[in-house]
Amino acid sequence: MNAATPNSKSRLLPLAVVLCALGLWWMLSALHVFPESLFPSPVSVAKGFVEEFQTGRLLNDLIASLFRVITGFTLAVALGIPLGLWLGHRTGARTALLPAINFFRNLSPLAWIPFAILWFGIGDVPAIFLIFMASFFPIVLATIAAVASIPAVYFRVAQNYGYRSTELLTQVTLPAIAPQVITALRVTAGLAWVVVVAAEMIAGRDGLGFAIWDARNGLRMDLLVVGMIVIGIIGVVIDRLLVQLMKIQSVRWGYEQ
Amino acid sequence: MSSKPLILQSVARSFGAVEVFRDLSLEVARGEFVAVVGPSGCGKTTLLNLLSDFDKPTSGQVICHGSVRMVYQHGGLFPWLTVSENITMGLRHLTNAGERARQLREMLRLIRLEGFAGHYPRQLSGGMRQRVELARALAGETDILLLDEPFSALDYLTRLRMRRDLAHLLHERPCTVVLVTHDIEEAAQLADRVIVLSERPSQIRCELHLRATRPRDLTHPEVVEATHRILSVLGLEHDSESAFAVI
Repeated sequence: MNAATPNSKSRLLPLAVVLCALGLWWMLSALHVFPESLFPSPVSVAKGFVEEFQTGRLLNDLIASLFRVITGFTLAVALGIPLGLWLGHRTGARTALLPAINFFRNLSPLAWIPFAILWFGIGDVPAIFLIFMASFFPIVLATIAAVASIPAVYFRVAQNYGYRSTELLTQVTLPAIAPQVITALRVTAGLAWVVVVAAEMIAGRDGLGFAIWDARNGLRMDLLVVGMIVIGIIGVVIDRLLVQLMKIQSVRWGYEQ
Repeated sequence: MSSKPLILQSVARSFGAVEVFRDLSLEVARGEFVAVVGPSGCGKTTLLNLLSDFDKPTSGQVICHGSVRMVYQHGGLFPWLTVSENITMGLRHLTNAGERARQLREMLRLIRLEGFAGHYPRQLSGGMRQRVELARALAGETDILLLDEPFSALDYLTRLRMRRDLAHLLHERPCTVVLVTHDIEEAAQLADRVIVLSERPSQIRCELHLRATRPRDLTHPEVVEATHRILSVLGLEHDSESAFAVI
């Protein structure tokens, strides 16, 4: 009973905060502190949610945004981790390329929006391109850093026990960098989700970002809030899913100490 | 197999202007347990690197017959592998899975960690981790075991227990051992021969032979005498008459 208390507390407290926020929101709108056109009430947002859900637009936008994020992010992981591994092991190439990678890492991916539209038009491709630009460079840098921080003793042990080149990669380097890379993926996935909204606002005809922009143009603040809530919830869900990776037994060593 | 699995012939090794060895010669007999002690920075680790082929001498020759395995001070186990998987690294050469499993069980029994096969290194104490490292190194057919201050990160009582465990393991799995340590008692308690190195450029300052069978008690007269002798050679104790010949 005693052992269950902190757990149920940790579940109940966040819920209480959400309920308090909802109550405050409802109170502010019921007292008409701000005009309804600028500050939609919880009830109108709930109605908007039902409306968006019934027309199928919400699901459609959600799928469109998720598709773009998953595609862009997967491409960034598939190319970024191998490049990071290669650069992590090659001092010369690293010296040559690191300043350029750092430059692009610090360049807001949103600065690419004009080019993204000029090159790829409107739709999936410019958004995928922007998500790729947002995720690729941080993943490369994190992988390089992870490779650089592998203790030399692991490679000595591996050599001592007769590991060959491919085995060194799959059985030493990859498991050794896994904890750091997973942390980087978690941060980068959050970044990608932020970028997709911005990309769709300007270069989309659907997606949650476009839905927000469309609601603003139609002065439907209730639908705008619906979009915001869904974006926030999906962001949390993506993060929770990636946290599951950190619980894998052969990776947990990287997070304890 | 040669009766001298490890031979150093007039080995010199310098790192830039730092001359670690100028003319070091050493032979280790098969099955012999040699401990190397000396002041810090005298090149004990360089010696192990030369013996394990991680480093090449500037001149001279290092001859090594047989398979060599090294145990490190700490952190030599792969943290992403379980105890079983780490020990199995030492059995990679075995193609028969049944034989691998049998030898793994045998090593787990020898280090008394049968109940920890599925644990990860982070879930073990320091002493348990070093026992797993020793088991991994001695699994399979290891001819030469190199120990780089394997117990120095452990507390005193665990260290004493580990010496007994190592003596026991070597009784079950005999091999040639070179132990590098700054723990003089450890050297005297475990080794057949203790080599005391001088400061850089390192030379063999003295060699002591111990004949008492292992495991030896820390209070065994020969161990006490050897400890005292090494301390005097290192200038840490008032000299006295000794039964050991200084070379």
